[in-house]
Formats: sequence, structure tokens, C-alpha cells
Amino acid sequence: MGVWAKSDIFRGIRAGIPVAVGYVPMAMAFGVLSTHTGLSFLQAGAMSFFVYAGASQFASLGLLAGGASALAIVLATLVLNFRHFLMSVSLAHRLPLPRGKGSGGLGMALGLGFGITDETFVVASLDGGLTPSFFLGLALTAYLAWFSGTLIGAGFSSLIPPVISRGMGIALYAMFIAILLPGVKKSWANGVVAAAGALIAWGASLLLPGLPSGWRIVIAILVASALGAVVGPADKTEVSASREGAS
Amino acid sequence: MIWAMIAGMCLVTFLPRVIPLILGRDLVLPGWIRRWLSFFPYAALGSLIFPGILSIIDGKPWIGLAAGACAALLALKARNAIFPVLVAIAVAVALQLLTGA
Repeated sequence: MGVWAKSDIFRGIRAGIPVAVGYVPMAMAFGVLSTHTGLSFLQAGAMSFFVYAGASQFASLGLLAGGASALAIVLATLVLNFRHFLMSVSLAHRLPLPRGKGSGGLGMALGLGFGITDETFVVASLDGGLTPSFFLGLALTAYLAWFSGTLIGAGFSSLIPPVISRGMGIALYAMFIAILLPGVKKSWANGVVAAAGALIAWGASLLLPGLPSGWRIVIAILVASALGAVVGPADKTEVSASREGAS
Repeated sequence: MIWAMIAGMCLVTFLPRVIPLILGRDLVLPGWIRRWLSFFPYAALGSLIFPGILSIIDGKPWIGLAAGACAALLALKARNAIFPVLVAIAVAVALQLLTGA
């Protein structure tokens, strides 16, 4: 096993089970929606296998349905995933990886970094005994749940009645709401920023109906976050405060 | 188009996740950038939830709002996203059936 400790990996797998339970229905909803948006089974599976970012994947479907270009969707994804950068910064300080040539540290950074999601980040951050092995078990469990849920959803979407698949469209929004509220309870500034983001996006959709929704979200994020940085409390701790971001 | 999109999304998702881990403890960002970035998730969530939630069911924006409100009430109590998500789906399906979808 080398640098990997079996007991820590199993501990990580156990910690990942609640995350996996949450991922499967969400990934199924993504699989169903993606086939309804015109993606093939292979494309839906590839999205979850290679991209593996729930909120961005859902957002890309919405943008595709709205006629956005691939470039706009990729840019929106970049902006949406910027929070993972912050989480990775935080983990980089808490998750000591071997450095230098031949240490295997680079491969570990690539593999473990791919497994960073809002949920794995939260679980890892709240765990007292965070090690690379623990994060490996946690991230693998979550990843397999997300991928297999997508395949089930995309594979059986034709068996699911339209009234249910349309209803599943709310899953994304319910998840966003469930992720947002704990952050709002923690700091009013987070709520102000979210409300500002919603108002800016809404205003842009009314005033500039020709603007692709990807750009709408990019503008809303940049402006509303700047507002938060100006009016928010000075003691806000940056990385830990981003823990409730979407998956 | 779809495959190009997937490849691009893969790249812009992968890089922000791994670069800080590769840099390890050498990475230091100015305070104001960290502060600005720290609000990105909340701004993104707000603009993703609204106005998109209005268009879940064509012509019936209130179904999305009602299901979203149920999710919000439950999310105040629940420890994770699973329960609010499942209830919101059930509410959205029930409201469609009740209003003759």
C-alpha cells in the first residue's frame, strides 16, 4: 500500500456513505434530465465520469436548453467551480502530501483533487483525523455513487413518467436551497449576497433578454460577491465559509 | 458541440481543484481576493435558484416556488440535502397531478 493506510481508507469510505446516499438520487435526476435535454446515454455518463461537478452539470443542462454556446457553458462552469479552488487551497494546508520527485505526491494531488466536491470537502474538513487515505476512501465512495446514479437515471429515463421527471427538475433547486440556508444562518452577509445574486440575475433576464443565461450568472456572481466583500462583516473566515457551496 | 463542451468543462473543473493541492503550502492569495472569492458560492446559488426555479413546469411558475418553499422549510431543520430534495420532488409531482398535468 505504500503511502496508503488501509484502516484510514475504510474510515473514509464509512464517512462517505451519507454523501453517497445523497448523490444517487441527485445523479439519477441528472441522468434523466440530461437525456431529456438531448444528451445521449454515453454523453451523460461521460459528463459525470470526467466533469464530476453536480451543480455545474445541472447548470450546463439549463444553459444547453436555453441555447447557450459551448464556450459560454465552459466559462460558466469555470466561475461556478471557482469555489473548489478555495476548498483546494484549504485542503492543501490541511492535507500534507509528499513533495518532490518520486514521492508520488503529484499523482496524489491530481487524484485527490479530482475528488473535491462541496460535500467531500465538508466531511473532510469536519473530520479530526484527515489524511490522504481518509480522503481517498471518502472521495471514491462519493464519485462511484455519482457516476452509477447518473447511469441509472440516463439508462431508465424512458421508464420514468414525464410528470415525475419534470418534478425531478426541482431536485437541483431544492439542493441549492438546502445548501444555501445553513450558510445564511451562519452569516447574514451570505444571505445578502445570495439575494443580490438572484436580483441581479433576474434583473438581467428582464432587461437583457438576449443575454445568454451563462453570462447572466457570471455577472451576478462577480457583482454580488463584490457587494458581500464590501458590506460583509470583517471577521468572515474565507475558506470555511465557502463550505456549503453546491456539489 | 456536446463533446467539446464536456471536454472544456472537464478541464475547467479539474484545474481549480488540483492546482492548489499541487502547490501545497506555497500558495498564498491576497486577503481581498480570498474575501471576494469566499462569497462566490452564495452569489452563484442565489442566481442559480432564482429566476430559474420559476421555469420548472412550463406556465406554472408557482409550482417551482411552492416546492422550493417546502425545501427551504425542511432545510432549516435537516442536516443534509437529501430529505428536502426528495420532498420537493414529491410536492412538484403532486401539484402537477392536482392541477391536471
